[in-house]
Amino acid sequence: MSEPTEEQKTPVHDSALPADSVPEVWRPTARERDAARASASSRRTFLFKLALGLNGLVGAVFAVPILGYLLGPVLKKKDGYNSWVKLGTVDTFPKGETRLAEYINPVTSPSDGATAKTACWVRRTEDGQFQVFAINCAHLGCPVRWFAQSQLFLCPCHGGAYYADGSRASGPPPRGLFEYEHRVEDDALMIFAGQLPTLSTEACRGKGPLEQNNPASTAQAKDGGSPAASETRRSTWQA
Amino acid sequence: MAGVKQRGTRLFEWFDRRTGLTEPVTEMAAHPTPASAASWWYVFGSAATVLLALQVITGILLALVYSPSASNAWPSLQYINHNLTLGWYLRAIHGWGSDFMIAIVLIHMAQVFLFGAYKFPRELTWIVGVFLLLFTLGMAFTGQVMRFDQDAYWGLGIGASILSRVPFIGGPLVHLLLGGPIIAGATLSRFFALHVFIIPGMLLGFVGLHIWMVLHLGINEWPMPGRLVRKADYERNYHALTRETGVPFVPDAAWKDAVFAAVIILAVMACAYFFGPFGPTGTPDPTIIQTAPKPDLPFLWIFAVLAYLPPEMETGVLLIAPIVIIGGLLLLPLIAGEGEKHWSRRPVAVLMVTLIAVTLAIFTRLGTQTPWSPIMDAWSADPVPAEYLAHRTPLERRGALVFQEKQCRDCHSLDGVGGRRGPALDAIAARMTEDQIIRQVLQGGGNMPAYGKALSPSETEALTRFLMTLRGHGLPSAVDTSQGLQPQSGTHPVVPATRAPKTP
Repeated sequence: MSEPTEEQKTPVHDSALPADSVPEVWRPTARERDAARASASSRRTFLFKLALGLNGLVGAVFAVPILGYLLGPVLKKKDGYNSWVKLGTVDTFPKGETRLAEYINPVTSPSDGATAKTACWVRRTEDGQFQVFAINCAHLGCPVRWFAQSQLFLCPCHGGAYYADGSRASGPPPRGLFEYEHRVEDDALMIFAGQLPTLSTEACRGKGPLEQNNPASTAQAKDGGSPAASETRRSTWQA
Repeated sequence: MAGVKQRGTRLFEWFDRRTGLTEPVTEMAAHPTPASAASWWYVFGSAATVLLALQVITGILLALVYSPSASNAWPSLQYINHNLTLGWYLRAIHGWGSDFMIAIVLIHMAQVFLFGAYKFPRELTWIVGVFLLLFTLGMAFTGQVMRFDQDAYWGLGIGASILSRVPFIGGPLVHLLLGGPIIAGATLSRFFALHVFIIPGMLLGFVGLHIWMVLHLGINEWPMPGRLVRKADYERNYHALTRETGVPFVPDAAWKDAVFAAVIILAVMACAYFFGPFGPTGTPDPTIIQTAPKPDLPFLWIFAVLAYLPPEMETGVLLIAPIVIIGGLLLLPLIAGEGEKHWSRRPVAVLMVTLIAVTLAIFTRLGTQTPWSPIMDAWSADPVPAEYLAHRTPLERRGALVFQEKQCRDCHSLDGVGGRRGPALDAIAARMTEDQIIRQVLQGGGNMPAYGKALSPSETEALTRFLMTLRGHGLPSAVDTSQGLQPQSGTHPVVPATRAPKTP
């Protein structure tokens, strides 16, 4: 169809040359004859294999810095990316409300631009307790939105829904919202953050979803282990 | 005039003597093809190659201006779209070329499958082709990331979330994909390297190998029912057929390839002209969460499947299905390398292609409509229709207000307007009794969250009263049949919705 991928060797035929430019027959020198005779010797084969082995060795050594460079982002200790980040003073989060907060990721690079920023939901209960949720849906990481009137977090991608305390309400998420570890220091709300929260790179240290710290609301829709457990019954209208 | 011609011939000879290419190229161009294979059905492979060339050319042109950094990629696309002469058109051709290339590759694949062209001795050609499909899809996904808008940003989040489900190494895989802890500068840079160096390099190499094998093994003959492929004698039969009915590929078959290639390029150019470039959508600022991310067309069907998988199955399906699908494609020619080629004697093959095509089409269409997603602003954008308020008591009207304020509209439609996550509620009172409605609202269930904490008793009362007025067009109210059995019991037993009486 197009260019051949493998070149076929077509020798330049002497006969194609103009007659006057044909040189007299070249006689090989003694040295050339010796070299040709030696070509069958096992010494050269051995030397070639040796050279191949040498290159293999050099390649293996060369692979070390390449792999180290490539795997750099992975070779971080657990929590190596996380550190304590300030979200704002406590009084910027009124009691009984859930508000969007943002912070600059503790690990950044010069070309990050706006993507260095990360958003999170800060919930402050009536009794002053804090909960800080990742913006990312536990299903596939889309940004969940808070609806104060219906007291729900809803995900625009596949319709995952979470209650005010972050526990799973309905939809495809396998668990509740990811929650950041937090503390209040000198009247400032701090969270332990630094990496995109996913099922295996959780926002919080330790394994599994955090215990929801509002047992009153989790009692009505528990998110313990099996997601199906929270469903009271199958409805007729939704597969 | 003769002098010019003579000088031209001499120049040609000068080059030919040094490259030696004329003879092998001529031989390949004129290689004999079974006359039956000089068909309009055999043009898709060359069209895919031509589209690849189009993508390479437009890609290089875009790379002259595009800035592959997270802080500047989005503005540089705006610059190409709005400030650069015909920049929008180049972006549009590259975008539409991508969609066309995937479509043509899939058609090519279906045709090769239905014509049995993957059978002996062309098994490896098919296997290399499967990799070409994967590389093409890889180019489409990384290309979507190049657009670095909101869809690209959250699409990366979806990719990372899928990888995070891999057992044991999920976390390291996420960081490897993102090039760091979050979606940021390093992520775009590595996807740029994938999109312009790594995948295109492999793609071009594999295309070369693919075409070489087509030339080496000869173009598949038009299948005939009863002409079975046997390893023992296929090559002898093929060469006999080619000897007797062979025509030179150029020009006897190639003219059709050339015409189709021109038509396809024109179609890409026309789509690009009339429909314009794809995006970019909103700026990739992760703190702007008023967005409903969606992948590009080739991946919409996956997006839809992910909405329908039950949570307890999702990780298993996400991790095993790709292995089964890709493994099946790779093993196909090794398992079914001999036998019947003609589609009329391979009903399972025809059925499979039909089933896969219909499935992909349905899920893609669902992906464009996303009925599973709540409509986030329906509660404030779409008021309860006036006829649903007529002849209602004040309490029922207050219920309509609660219905609106509590954002029920985001998931439930009235009069065809609103979310489709939950059922339309126009005739809810004909399907559920008052007790069932109260229970459903307060406790949730199925796919509905519980509203017990978000509703006061008076709001619940008003909402239920309003919902009880929604009986469609004169349908009777739902009846709790257990009430007839226990007329004197004080509390109302709750009947599961699945056993609720159905009214016609």
